[in-house]
Order: sequence, then structure tokens, then C-alpha cells
Amino acid sequence: MLKYLLEKEFKQFFRNKALPKMAVIMPFMAILIFPLVANFEIKNINLAIVDHDKSSTSRQLIEKVAAGGYFTISDVAESYAEAMNGIEVNRSDIILEIPARLENDLQREGKTTVQISANAVSAIKGGLGSTYLAGIIGEYNIEINGKITTVINPDSITITPRFWYNPRLLYTYFMVPALMVMVLAMVCGFLPALNIVGEKESGTIEQINVTPISKLNFILSKLLPYWIIGFVVLTISFLAAWVAYGLTPVGSIGTIYLFAALFVLAFSGFGLVISNYASTLQQAMFMMFFFVLTFIFMSGLYTPVANMPQWAQNLSIISPLKYIIVVLRQVYLKGSTFTELHTPFWMLTSFAIFFNGWAVLSYRKKS
Amino acid sequence: MRSFRIFVQKEFFHIMRDRWTTLILLVLPILMIILFGFGITTEIRNTKFAVYDPSGDYTTRGIVNKLESSEYFTLERYIDSEDEIERLFRRGETGFAIVFGDNRILLIADGTDPNTASVLTNYATALINSYLQESAVRQVGGGAATDVAGDPPVASATAAAHRTITPEIRLLYNPSLKSAYNIVPGIMGMILMLICAMMTSVSIAREKELGTMEVLLVSPMKPFLIILSKIVPYFTISVINYITILLLSVFVLKVPIAGSLILLSGLSLLFIFVSLLLGILISSVVDKQITALLISGMMLMMPAVFLSGLMFPIESMPEVLQWLSHILPVKWFIIAVRSVMVKGLGISSILQEVSILIGMGIIILIISIKKFKYRLE
Repeated sequence: MLKYLLEKEFKQFFRNKALPKMAVIMPFMAILIFPLVANFEIKNINLAIVDHDKSSTSRQLIEKVAAGGYFTISDVAESYAEAMNGIEVNRSDIILEIPARLENDLQREGKTTVQISANAVSAIKGGLGSTYLAGIIGEYNIEINGKITTVINPDSITITPRFWYNPRLLYTYFMVPALMVMVLAMVCGFLPALNIVGEKESGTIEQINVTPISKLNFILSKLLPYWIIGFVVLTISFLAAWVAYGLTPVGSIGTIYLFAALFVLAFSGFGLVISNYASTLQQAMFMMFFFVLTFIFMSGLYTPVANMPQWAQNLSIISPLKYIIVVLRQVYLKGSTFTELHTPFWMLTSFAIFFNGWAVLSYRKKS
Repeated sequence: MRSFRIFVQKEFFHIMRDRWTTLILLVLPILMIILFGFGITTEIRNTKFAVYDPSGDYTTRGIVNKLESSEYFTLERYIDSEDEIERLFRRGETGFAIVFGDNRILLIADGTDPNTASVLTNYATALINSYLQESAVRQVGGGAATDVAGDPPVASATAAAHRTITPEIRLLYNPSLKSAYNIVPGIMGMILMLICAMMTSVSIAREKELGTMEVLLVSPMKPFLIILSKIVPYFTISVINYITILLLSVFVLKVPIAGSLILLSGLSLLFIFVSLLLGILISSVVDKQITALLISGMMLMMPAVFLSGLMFPIESMPEVLQWLSHILPVKWFIIAVRSVMVKGLGISSILQEVSILIGMGIIILIISIKKFKYRLE
């Protein structure tokens, strides 16, 4: 019985003009275009400079800042107010104001201050930008104090940062594994949700309801096709990531498939639950939109879950996306193995059982 | 006029009868404000770190204490070998480790998340430098090392060195670096766009699909008024959502309205009109609900989320996408709202955005009037 139902689902899928194309094109588009857009990388910060000193020290400092790579000098203003105009019209992001007696104070008293005023409307840009700038000024201090510091501190300890797994700190590497999850969630979450509702709207569900097909078989017939499509979509995503960014998983592909299989099962189940409750296409879309958005924001896709407020961290337990994103990032970039991924495994398994059980139970043959 | 009121009433009934949609329309802004406002945070707090310290001497313990006492780091544990770091990272238990060696300190960060990794190493370097300089001053007998604990690490990093330029950081408009300041204008744009353009176009398309549009058109009402009666409910919902978003952002997210409320409301009204016109335009070219849904979803919502600068900085995008973002009304709206609401600027600074929005509105209006007449013949 299940065999015929599956045959029907596949025929319907392939007869549809848009769906098979979408399943192939969407992973490519997402992996190729999205990392270009979803980029929190902060580069080319526009810096306005107000140099009241115009001494060799201040010029040296400015050169040092400009050579740092993060900053583009967009504005050289005579006064703070003039530079502020640039901030208001978004021409510059940060103002570096050097006081009139910088060189003088530095030589006579050994200390002076410069003002960094950052446009912090975007907390990321303002925060990171001012930190970078302060860091460069700190380096400049060490340069001018080179000899003195070593006298005071004979050990002269060096601090070396190392970035594992992603030494060039490429944002793309961070996003691509998570984007694969997004594509999976879109294809394997939305399509099943729209599927049953589609049958409801066109009335064909009544025809199935009058047959002796069991609830379980019906749900399985809706679930399995998306499971298989999920694998295809994931494989295409692997290829796209390899072709476009040369990114291949450090860990085993088998582990990724195993976890992806669980996730697709869980998420398609969720889509089916929604479709059992919705009665129109518009309702189903809205409900999915609502939940998927919540899941995505609780998943740590953009910013680490550990940085969220406690209540949000607690809430993030219920997002299946959180676990699969962790798994894909860990396996893809760090090469984690199954033994290191116990928690996500059990959580995804529970989600799969919970949602699919709910989908079977909430499917009513009687109207 | 009475018949117009009845038409409007009919539209309200349509919306209210679909409980789920009504609920989502009213709850969605609340959910988004809370998720975006609290969920996206770039603050680094209490990051767990591991320490490999074979020597275990006074200085290394001092450094660990220094990091531990800052709000950015929490000591996870001491480890016995460097290999253990690999295991910790792979299990995702920590993302930061310090390895002490002879006269060198290795800061190992999990580069999977590049921004967090670079912020962590920046903070740690600054804290360690400040500790080393303090202890250097103490050794020399200066003793008067200023107490810098609790200051931002970078600003105090070099406080005790001999010739120092201390950077004084002022964070304009958003001193506590809350992501909400950036996000609220974006959500406002997104929600208004969603309700006005998407819902309007879908509801008109539904009448066409079900064939009831013909019934409406043969009534004595003028076609213009029929369309107007379709927009009134969505206009009302948008205004309710606008008020909800403002209340939530002021009282829950604590994002104050720095500029004039009247200017902000005027700006939002302008944007609501442009979005409604867009919705009408879409509905005049399609005749199926699902097409209207897809067009407004793919061509309005997706770009509104990703290209408008709502979340991702437009400057970091490739040139082509930056150009593409210029044709989105929502982008200009978000820029203008940020200027008025967050920066507190007056009308003179947003003239460009306002005139672009008005221009777009007029163009869309002209096109949709032409299309609409065509449909009626």
C-alpha cells in the first residue's frame, strides 16, 4: 500500500513545474549568493580624522591607523562638528579626534588622550570598529615605548593569537554549513506543510480518507519523499560549497548524512503537524513563517547562543535547527566525530519521534 | 458613503474570521521585536576558556585571575596537555584557550565564528598587556598603578606604560551597544511591508481567484473605492503594528525615540502608503493567491530582510547587490527611521530618503492606475 502512495507522491512532485527545479536551484543559489549578503564581516570602516595637532607624532599615528587595513579615511575635518556632519549623513563611521597638544603632552607629561567617537547605531560596527582603532593605538604605544618597556619588564612576553579551524577568519566558512541547514529546513519543512494543505484545498484528501490507508502509512508516504529529496539537496549543497569555496568537510560525510537524516525527519514531521492544523495555504505559510523564524533566531545561526540572555538560551533548547547547525559546523570545520556529538544526536532523535508521533496522532480522517 | 463603509466592514470580517492569520498579524511584530532585539547580540559575556599552564607560576596565575575577574571570561578549567584543547573545541565546550610557554603566551581561539574569535583575542590581549604593565610598574616600585579593573580592557590596556596615548571611546547614539537600536527600524520596515504589500496583494488576488472580484466590480461602487475599501483594514492593522512596535521598543527594549515622534509617524505613514501601492500593483498583475504570495515573498520580503541593511551591513555586500538595494523602498525607509529615531536628526537630514520614497510612490501609483484600468476593460 505504502509503495503506491509513494509512487503517487513522487509523480506529483515531478509533474509539478516548479518544485523539482527549486530543489536543485535553491541550494546553489543559497550557497553561492547568500554568503555574499549575510556578511557580518566588518571591513572598510570609514574614518573621519580631526587633527588639531598636525605634528609629526599625530601624522605618524594617522599613518599607522590608515595602514591597519580596517580603516579608510573618508574625511579630514577641521573641527569635531564638521566631522559629526559626516557621521550624520553616514559618510563616516568613526571620528578620531587628536588634541592640539598631543606631541607636546606626550613628551612633557608622558601621557595624553585621543577621542574616538563611533557611530554605534549598528552595535557590531561601532563596537568592533572602536575596539580595532583602540587596538591600533595600543600597538602604536608599544612602538614608541619599545625600549622602555623591555627595561621595566625583562621577560618581554609575547602574545600570539592563533585561530584554529579557520585561520584566515573567513566569514563564509562560518555561514556555509549553517546555510546548508537553512536550505534543508526550507525544502523539507515548507514543502510537506504545503503538501497536505494543498490536498485539503483541492479536496483530494477526502478521497484518501475514504480508503483503508492507515494514518501511519499516510504520514509515511508524505514524509519519505522529502527525506530522499533532503539527501539530494544536501548533496548538491556539498558540491556547491566545494566548487565555490573549496570547502569540504574535515570530518566524515557519513556523520553529516546521519544527522541530516534525523533532522529532515524531525523537521518534515513538524511541517506535517502544521499542515494538519492549517486549513488554507495562506495559514500554513504564515504558521511556518512564524515558527521557522523563531527557530532560526534561537539557533545561533548569526550570533552564538552562549551570548544570548539566559531566558533566550533556555528557549533555544526547543529549536531543532540549533542542534543540526552545531553538528554541521563542528563536523565541517572541526572534524568532530559522532562520539563528540551525543547531545545533538539524542535531541534530534527525540524531535523526530515527537513531531512525527504528533503528526500521526493529529491527522484526522474524520472531518 | 454608507456602501463604502459596508465594503470596509466586509473586509474586516474576512480578516477577523481567519483567527490564525489575525493572531499572527498582531503577534508577529511582538515576536520579532523580542527575537531580534534580544536574540542577536554581539556582546561577549562570560566566555568559557581553558588554560594550559605547565609552569603555574605567580605571573601566569595572575593573568588567569585577571581574565577571570573581567566580565568577558570565565575559567572553564585547567587542562593537562595541549592535545586536550582539540578535544574541548571539537566537543564545543569552549572556544578559547590560553597556553603559557617560556616567555610566550599562545591565545588559541576557535575560528569557526570569526567575529567572536577576533573579539575574544582582542580582549584577552588587552587584558594580559594591562596585567603585565601593572606588574612591571609594581616591580619597578612605582606601586601607584592605577586601578583599572572594570574598565573596558582596551581603553585601560596601556594605562601604566611610560608614554601613552589613551584612547577615550565614545559610542554615539547607542552607548551600551545594544543591537536593538539597529534592529528596531528594520523590523518596522519589514512588518509594515509584510502587512501592507503582501496581505493586500494576496487578499485582492483571492477575490480574483474565487471570482468574487467580478461580483464586486458590477456593484454600483466605483472600482477605485473598491480597492480603497480593500486597503483600509490593512492600513488599520499597520497603524496598530506601528504603535505596538514603538511601545515595545521604548518600554521593553529601552530604545528611546531620540527625534520627533511626529516626524517619525509621518515618515511611517508615507512608507505605509508606498507599500500599499506596491501591494495593489502586485495584485493587478497576478490572478492567483499563490503567485501573489510568491511574488511578494520573493521580490519584497526576501530582499527586505537581506538587502535592506536590516541585519547585514549593506557596505559589506558586493557592488551589484548594493546597487540592487537602491530600488528597495524599505531600504530608504530604514535609513530614514534610523536617522530620526536613533540619531535624533530633523527633517533636513532625511530629505533625500523622503523624496526618494515619494518618487517611488508616484511611479508605482502611475503604473498601477494604468494596469488597473486595463483590467477593467
